[in-house]
Amino acid sequence: MSDSQAITVRSLRKQFGDFEAVKGVSFEVGTGEVFGFLGPNGAGKSTTINMLCTLLTPTSGEARVAGHDVVRERDDVRRNIGLVFQDPTLDGYLTAAQNLKLHAELYGVPPALVAPRMEQVLTMVGLWDRKDGQVLSFSGGMRRRLEIARGLMHSPRVLFLDEPTIGLDPQTRRSIWDYIRQLQEREEITIFMTTHYMDEAEWCDRIAIMDQGQIVALDTPERLKAGVGADRVTIQTADNDSAIAALHARFGIEAQVSEGAVSFRIEAGEQFVPRLFAEFDPTRNPDLPAISGVSVSRPTLDDVFMSFTGSTIRDAEEDPSKLRNRVMMQMMGGRR
Amino acid sequence: MTAVADTPLDPTDVVRVQVPHRSARSELRAIKIVWRRELIRFLNDRMRIVTSLVQPFLFLFVLGGGLQRLASAGTHGVDLKTFIYPGILCMTVMFTAMFSAASIVWDREFGFLREMMVAPVRRSSIVIGKCLGGATVAGAQGVIVLAIAGLVGVPYAPGLILGALGLQLLLAFAITAFGLSVAIRIKQMQSFMGVMQMIVMPMYFISGALFPSSGLPTWLTVLNRIDPLAYAVDPMRRLVFGHLNISAAARHALDPGITWWGWRMPALLEVGVVLGLGLALLSVAIWEFSATE
Repeated sequence: MSDSQAITVRSLRKQFGDFEAVKGVSFEVGTGEVFGFLGPNGAGKSTTINMLCTLLTPTSGEARVAGHDVVRERDDVRRNIGLVFQDPTLDGYLTAAQNLKLHAELYGVPPALVAPRMEQVLTMVGLWDRKDGQVLSFSGGMRRRLEIARGLMHSPRVLFLDEPTIGLDPQTRRSIWDYIRQLQEREEITIFMTTHYMDEAEWCDRIAIMDQGQIVALDTPERLKAGVGADRVTIQTADNDSAIAALHARFGIEAQVSEGAVSFRIEAGEQFVPRLFAEFDPTRNPDLPAISGVSVSRPTLDDVFMSFTGSTIRDAEEDPSKLRNRVMMQMMGGRR
Repeated sequence: MTAVADTPLDPTDVVRVQVPHRSARSELRAIKIVWRRELIRFLNDRMRIVTSLVQPFLFLFVLGGGLQRLASAGTHGVDLKTFIYPGILCMTVMFTAMFSAASIVWDREFGFLREMMVAPVRRSSIVIGKCLGGATVAGAQGVIVLAIAGLVGVPYAPGLILGALGLQLLLAFAITAFGLSVAIRIKQMQSFMGVMQMIVMPMYFISGALFPSSGLPTWLTVLNRIDPLAYAVDPMRRLVFGHLNISAAARHALDPGITWWGWRMPALLEVGVVLGLGLALLSVAIWEFSATE
């Protein structure tokens, strides 16, 4: 295995009792990459991340992070990674600065570097002026930013972010992403993150889609979307049912109603629109319903997810057959 | 070094940090960090300082003062408050130490424990730091109760104060270790407090902190002799009574010591029992903590 890769994973597996949470995953993450793990809750994302950051021992398989084996060289891995957990792990009774100082000391950051490094990471996440504020008085977004700053205190080579934006409002999520991008540019750091927000996965250099303990797809967001091919065309009509019937009869297209509009997938959607309008022209075919609006959209990661797993990410989370996974995850969460 | 000139936030060079390899020094530092955090938490929480003193004062002045008349027949002229004072000295540190151990449950509930568990330090350093922190905090509380010795007719002799403080630190250490070994298995604050109440209150009552440990009913004598706390209360009482000017009869009645088939255990041996137990419980806590994922 070459050390030019920040993370190398081979057939990594984790079993809890008779439940196989991670069913043998393999992948590599290059140095300086922003790598995303995308999947519904209970897909095995957190279990994988916990194995990579030495909190869980793999049942089998092997993983190297920052050039060190996660089982045999646990401390070396720990010295070189930063972690931001899904659940907050700050000491609310201490101030922001005290939390960072404690972390720096725990990791043995040379005392002379603690103050300048602290100023740098706090400035980056916009909390420098709040450094003496007690963490209990911070909002959810501020706490998450502080956690990111803390994870960076010891200049890790790989930063793990487990659902870094979960439960935050869109504006805060956006600003967290700005920090992540800025970070990658300034610190030459590799970022490994999990998310179940499709729009966020778009920001990653590469993403792995995980479903039921397995990686079902791994590529850049653009290539994944290109792989799906077809665009989505949505039309507004006065009579959806007859429009669907006409699309089927005249173009052989299976359309359906979603959110009050007729929508269907077709390759090269933009080229199709003129043909569509020619057919639905009231002067030519007065029996067809008039089209009052049309939109063409490129495939989204939602479509990618759907094409690989057969369900949308939200449906996957609601599906009762997958509920077991979630219950298991919650149980494991409680066992930390 | 990367300098990103057009970034408005911070145009200076990135400060790079190299995390050193693990060593004995880094473990000592980790112990110190955890220890100091316990102290900061304690000093920030003034309510806790006050509330954990309520119970000892209640026992000492209300119970001691209230039962004085009833008890006067058997105390050979010694004030009941003076008699139970050594027991109260132990009680203060016991409750504070329990609260300190509870902080590990608290940290778990608030996720902070994870931050410490993923750091490149040994789990044992975290446990030892917690234990020493708990002992220090409890010792500080003990000093407050030691300071009121004059109110209950106990002299401020340097030997007494130093000895009592030492015993308090030792007891606090053992109780924190015990509390930690329980706390590591428990995930919720309420359950931990419940379990501790169930174990610690009976242990306290049985220990002889509030009565002399001689001439008891057989079942109580047996329980008293196997109660580890009795081995902390007895040397404390012996120490305090050693500095009192009372009759031989009173001394014999009130400070009989812990006897095994008529042989009175020396104070040093009793201290050794507490120390040994404390270390054993600490090992248990470390072992448990290292085994958790």
